[in-house]
Amino acid sequence: MFQPAKLRLEDVSMTFKTPGGIFEALAPVTLAIAQGRFISLIGPSGCGKSTLFNVVAGLLEPSGGRVVIDGLDSTGMIGRVGYMLQKDLLLPWRTVLDNVILGMEIQGVPLQAARDRALPLLRRYGLAGFEHLFPSALSGGMRQRAALLRTLMFDTDVILLDEPFGALDAQTKLQMQEWLLQLWSDFGKTVVFVTHDIEEAIYLSDEVNVMATRPGRIVETIPATIARPRPRSVTLTPEFIAIKERCLELLTAAHHSAVDEAA
Amino acid sequence: MTVQETSRLAGVVSEGARAEPIVSVRPARKIRRLPVRKDWPLWAIIGTQIGILVAAIALWQIGADHGFIDGFFWSKPSAIFNTLVTFFTEGDAFTDIGFTFRSTIIGFLIGTASGSMLGLSFWWSRNYAAIAQPFIICFESLPKLALAPLVILVFGMGLMSKVAIATALTVVVSTLTTYAGVKAVDPDQERLFYSLGASRMQVFRKLIVPFCLPWIISVLRVNIGLALTGAIVGEFIASQHGLGRQILYAGQTYDIALVWVAVLVLSTLAIVMYVTVSWIESVLRKGVKQ
Repeated sequence: MFQPAKLRLEDVSMTFKTPGGIFEALAPVTLAIAQGRFISLIGPSGCGKSTLFNVVAGLLEPSGGRVVIDGLDSTGMIGRVGYMLQKDLLLPWRTVLDNVILGMEIQGVPLQAARDRALPLLRRYGLAGFEHLFPSALSGGMRQRAALLRTLMFDTDVILLDEPFGALDAQTKLQMQEWLLQLWSDFGKTVVFVTHDIEEAIYLSDEVNVMATRPGRIVETIPATIARPRPRSVTLTPEFIAIKERCLELLTAAHHSAVDEAA
Repeated sequence: MTVQETSRLAGVVSEGARAEPIVSVRPARKIRRLPVRKDWPLWAIIGTQIGILVAAIALWQIGADHGFIDGFFWSKPSAIFNTLVTFFTEGDAFTDIGFTFRSTIIGFLIGTASGSMLGLSFWWSRNYAAIAQPFIICFESLPKLALAPLVILVFGMGLMSKVAIATALTVVVSTLTTYAGVKAVDPDQERLFYSLGASRMQVFRKLIVPFCLPWIISVLRVNIGLALTGAIVGEFIASQHGLGRQILYAGQTYDIALVWVAVLVLSTLAIVMYVTVSWIESVLRKGVKQ
């Protein structure tokens, strides 16, 4: 814990003024993530996951607290982290290759250099033969790959993934998880991953943060210290199931309290 | 009691009388073949179209020759044909066509370009867009042709006034359509750009403009028709050249055949411009996709 954190959230909170009073979207959240770790956030909808991501990405100014990246205050600064939203958001008028280099292009890398850098990666990571196609010709899984490579090619140490596989079918989802783990071990990025899928969260991460609503907050941080590489069968081990049960317990409790409050 | 009632409600007949077999109670089912549409081959369609046209012209000619149709008010195809020949051989047909064509094209270009830019400019500031919007809507609902006499006074009898009317008609359509495009940009797409550290100018150039291009292109065909209308109305009110002036002049001198000739030439011009713009549109569309 005393290892200098790559990404640190210090009492980040978010409140909105509504006609009905002040709405607390996010109670002060404190989180420290070390370099190269893979952590997940799970929680019911409305628990402030997206708000938190927008704050970390600098797209939303928090009502309180700071976002510290590499020891530098990055609150409200854009371009410090790679952010992949739920939708792939590929530009339909650009080829897959030109979509992937968007981040570099915006950062001022000359087009040809950016393309030269991206091309081998596209080929290595499952998009060989698709480089010069338009996104409309790609399947959901392929589009998601392109979007993720775009996030990676932006070349920040921290990447935020907001339910990247949420819309994929179960089979594709499993493939994409393996693919993501491959990328993660190759690139050594620090990943913050949001999902609704408990099993996905535990399978992928070093640490699962369970969130709750009203106000949005992290209720518990559960370490998932299962040895890597993890075979698929790991999901059947008692260790895995124990973590899963704990997560479910917390989520159900959060759900019940939300229902009680509503009633 | 209650048990009996429910059983009666449910339609179950008591033990004494046996229920009829269910099948006989069903209404007769309507079973029929799926209706099939028969499509004629292309030559049959075109042949019929030509047939209708020829028949209409022949009826007109015969009717005028035999006095069923008043040849003075309606003229007749043979007279129109003769006038057409004289129009092109003796009159200054090409000056008129060129005049109308020029004012239409210039008005179309100015209106479409400035309208698109105006529409795109609304992306830069929501306040500016909110302030400008009622004025734009007012100008849209205003019957702009009603302003034509004023435009002629300000811009004179020459080409400029026709261009101005054509521009006025096209600019609003382009503005509103482009602005609709601007508003249709996915906010998440914008957020993605900003998360990559983009500046406003980069978002505008790399996202907003290419996203709105199909919108801008989609009004080209509408605008060419509007520009032509504007130019003709300008010529109706005051002009020394143009097909519109030709039509007005012919009507005033009861030269109905010449009215028809001018209208015919005008329609041809309109079709040529429409087809050309449609072609440009399809080329641009392909370009935008790639």
